[in-house]
Amino acid sequence: MTQYMLSVHHDSIGAYEGADLTPDDMQRMYQQVDAFNNEVQAAGAWVFGGGLTLPDSATTVRNKSGELLITDGPYAETKEVLGGFWIIEAADLDEALAWARKGALACEGDVEIRPFQDEPS
Amino acid sequence: MTTARHKAIDRSRRESTRHSRQSEAHRLIHPETHTDRSTLEDHWEEGEVHDDQLRLIFTCCHPSLALNAQVALTLRLLGGMETPEIARAFLVSDATIAQRIVRAKRKIREARIPYRVPGPAEIPERLDAVLAVVYLVFNEGYTASGGDALSRDDLCNEAIRLSRLLAELMPEESEALGLLALLLLTASRRHARTAEEGTMIVLAEQDRSLWDPNLIAEGRAIAAACVRRGRPGPYQLQATIAAVHSESVDAASTNWPQIVRIYDHLMAIAPSPVVALNRAVAVAEVDGPQAALSEIAELPLGSYHLWWATRGELLSRLGRRADAADSFARAIQLTSNNAEVTHLRFRMAALR
Repeated sequence: MTQYMLSVHHDSIGAYEGADLTPDDMQRMYQQVDAFNNEVQAAGAWVFGGGLTLPDSATTVRNKSGELLITDGPYAETKEVLGGFWIIEAADLDEALAWARKGALACEGDVEIRPFQDEPS
Repeated sequence: MTTARHKAIDRSRRESTRHSRQSEAHRLIHPETHTDRSTLEDHWEEGEVHDDQLRLIFTCCHPSLALNAQVALTLRLLGGMETPEIARAFLVSDATIAQRIVRAKRKIREARIPYRVPGPAEIPERLDAVLAVVYLVFNEGYTASGGDALSRDDLCNEAIRLSRLLAELMPEESEALGLLALLLLTASRRHARTAEEGTMIVLAEQDRSLWDPNLIAEGRAIAAACVRRGRPGPYQLQATIAAVHSESVDAASTNWPQIVRIYDHLMAIAPSPVVALNRAVAVAEVDGPQAALSEIAELPLGSYHLWWATRGELLSRLGRRADAADSFARAIQLTSNNAEVTHLRFRMAALR
């Protein structure tokens, strides 16, 4: 089995916050994500998962040759927002892709699939 | 030594290296399952060779790989082509192709792109990707996107070989058969479409006695078998159009109304601006150039040289010489295939 990170990306803060969504829409999305989480857990594929707060609550430790500097905000100032992620276990990319498709529909965002490195043998 | 003999030796070398390369590919993708080479060789000896090839095709054409990587991998691992041959065919450097292949192989390993035939639910989508790669290889061979020669026979032959393999491996997939029929019928015109000096000759002006009767017979038989199945798809319909062309001794006696009807069907199941453009060429033969010109006017194909070339032909038939010449000039700017450029210049010169 390989572990994959499925990360959820939104193309703007507004999209991440659901600025143009009604409370009903938000409710629907929460329910979808809950149902998806339950399905991943029931299948035994769940490792970890969660949604992140807005990037403006991020703090970055910058490392300049061992000299550390604490800065306010995310590492990269981008328009796009990493909204959260799941870590799942899957036999291969097709299995991970099947989860990613379901996850993308559930959270109504784009999902990137990235495998973790194998543990050194 | 004669060229023919060189080619024969080349082919036999390819046949033998292809086999070992596919074994190599298999081991590379799944080293843990194939530590013992002899085991794999045994598989190849016994009928499982087909299953292995099918798995390899679906791995090479996995949608998580970039299209140009799918093409390079397919030609390298399934085809008989070496990296420099692929590089020459696509007019890029050896290093570019080598890098694409290395990157794709690494992704196959690290992301664990599975080495298996997709399940029935996934097959239609995945098969489309595989057929698209083979079709792309053929088209690049049939009208090279750059260079002096109009076509690159090595790519056409490789595409036909791969297409035969797919049709043989998945005989129940009508579109796999449709693609093979389409490639055979298109390739049958190969020797009629260039003049001795390398200039392109368009379909309407080709000497049809130069069309290859064997390829036509085989392509038509497959296309007819597809029609009987009654599960039409884009490749089958294009093959049927090519089959209709192959039935007539010249452009004038072609059954154009039938071709328009097949294009209507194609537009209904797989509409695209390029299909609409090709349909308009047939419409010109049935309803005249003005009708065709109106049909192509709004197509979003302003950067496609064949849209301008078709427009030029239609305007020329309407006697609008200056407008036609302008269109041919735009077409020339948009293609880097020298044989096409020569043909278009010739068309332009005829308007003066």
